[in-house]
Amino acid sequence: MEKRVVITGIGLYSSIGNGKEEVLDSLRNGKSGIIYDKEREEVGYRSCLTGMVETPNLKPFLSRRQRIGMHQPAMYAYMSTMEAMEQAKLDIDFLEKNETGIIFGNDSTAGAVIETVDKMRERKDTTLIGSGDIFQNMNCTVNMSLSTIYKLKGINITLSAACASGSHSIGMGYLLIKQGLQERVVCGGAQEINIYAMGSFDGLGAFSIRHDEPTKASRPFDANRDGLIPSGGAATLIIESLESAERRGAPILGEILGYGFSSNGDHISNPNLDGQLRSLNMSLDQAGIKADKIDYVSAHATSTPVGDKTEAQAIETVLGSDVPVSSTKGMTGHECWMSGASEVAYSLLMMENDFIAPNINFENPDEDSKRINIIPEYTEKKIDTFLSNSFGFGGTNSSLIITKFVK
Amino acid sequence: MTRDEIIETTKRFLSEEFEVEKDTIQAKNNLQKTLDLDSLDYVDLVVVIEENLGFKPTSEDFKAIDTFNDFYDLVEKKIN
Repeated sequence: MEKRVVITGIGLYSSIGNGKEEVLDSLRNGKSGIIYDKEREEVGYRSCLTGMVETPNLKPFLSRRQRIGMHQPAMYAYMSTMEAMEQAKLDIDFLEKNETGIIFGNDSTAGAVIETVDKMRERKDTTLIGSGDIFQNMNCTVNMSLSTIYKLKGINITLSAACASGSHSIGMGYLLIKQGLQERVVCGGAQEINIYAMGSFDGLGAFSIRHDEPTKASRPFDANRDGLIPSGGAATLIIESLESAERRGAPILGEILGYGFSSNGDHISNPNLDGQLRSLNMSLDQAGIKADKIDYVSAHATSTPVGDKTEAQAIETVLGSDVPVSSTKGMTGHECWMSGASEVAYSLLMMENDFIAPNINFENPDEDSKRINIIPEYTEKKIDTFLSNSFGFGGTNSSLIITKFVK
Repeated sequence: MTRDEIIETTKRFLSEEFEVEKDTIQAKNNLQKTLDLDSLDYVDLVVVIEENLGFKPTSEDFKAIDTFNDFYDLVEKKIN
C-alpha cells in the first residue's frame, strides 16, 4: 500500500533571513536580500548584484574534523538542517537508531575547487593541500557532511539537476517514502555564494545590470525585467511517512500530493513550453486533483525575459488565468540549486500563515504576464493547496503539489 | 632554533590547528592521543609542520614518534 508523505520540519538559511522567523517577516514585508557586491566588480563581473548570506561560524556546533570538509554549500546546509531537525523533533540519537535517508540538491563546488587549485599551484605538492579539500570539492559535499554528522543510515545520494535540484530532491524523497522504501528523508538544496560560482553564468549576459537599484533589479514577470540575480544559502525539508510522523508526535506542516517531472530534450539553456506543460500536467495527475484545486502557484520565474514568458504561458495553459501566482525570487534573487527546496519552504510558511508573499517589483505586465494573476503585494489568502515550479539548465523540469494535511 | 623555541612554536601551531589546550602538549604525552589524530589528520599535521617549521616529515618519521619529546627530537634533527 502506498504511504502518505508529510513534511515535518523546514529550515532556512537565506538571503532574506537566517531561520524561519526572519524569513517569514521578509516574506510578509516584501523585503529584498539583494546587494551590490564590490568584489564582483573587481573580478570583471558584468552584473555585481547578488543575494548574500554570512558565512556561519560552526565552531560552537561541530568538531574540527566535521568542519574541515565543509565549504559554503555544506556550511549553509548544516545551518538549515539544524533548524529543520529541531522542528521535526529529530536528534542524532534517534537518527542513529532509526533509518533515515538524505537526498540533497547541490550542483557546484566552484569556490572550494578554485581554492584547492590555488594551493596546488602555489605549493606544487598535493600532500600540502590538506585533508579537508577533497570533501569540499566533491559535488556530494552536503550529503557527506550531513550524513556523517547526523549518523544517517538510509538512502544517501546527491541530486544534481541545475536549478531544479532542490525540487527534485523533495520529489525523489517523496517517491521513496510513498513506495515504503524509506520512513523519512532529509531533502533540500544548497547554493554557494562566491565570485567563482557564478562568473561563467554572468558571462552569458543573463544577469540584471540594474546596479543603481539592487532591490528593484529582480523583477519576475515585469515588462522591464533585464535578467536574474544570483543568490544562495540552503533550505532543508524533513519529509516522512504519515505513520512515522504520527508515531513520533512530529508537527505536520503539509502533505506532498504530487510530483511531476520532465526533460525538454531540446536547447541547453532555453526554456521549452512543452516540457513545462508535461511537468505541470504530470504533477496534477499524480496528485489526482483538478487544476482548480490549486490555490497558489510559487513560480520558478527568475526575472529573465524568455524564462518568465514561457512559464506564464505554461501556467495559463494548465492552471488558467485566475490562480494567484508569485515568484519569491523578486526578493531572494535566484537561489539556483537551493531554490526548488527553499521555495517550497517559503510557500509552506505562507500556507501556515494564510498569506501570499508579494512578487515584488512587478509593476508593468507584458503580453504574457498580463494573462495570469500575479500578486504584486502582500495578500491575505487561505491556501489549502499550492504548486511549486522549478526549471533548470539542460531542460530539467519539476513541479510539486503540496496540501494542508487533513487526517 | 633552540629546543625551547621549538617547543613554544609547536605548542602554538598544534593547539591552533587541532583545537586542543596548549597545556595538554607536554613532552611526555603521547602525540597521537593528545591531538586525537586519525589517518586524515596526519595529512594536516604534515601541512602545519611544513608551514611552521619548514620541513615535510615522512611516514617513516612519524613511525618513530610516540611522545612530543620524540617530535621535538625529530625537529631538532631536521632543522638544525
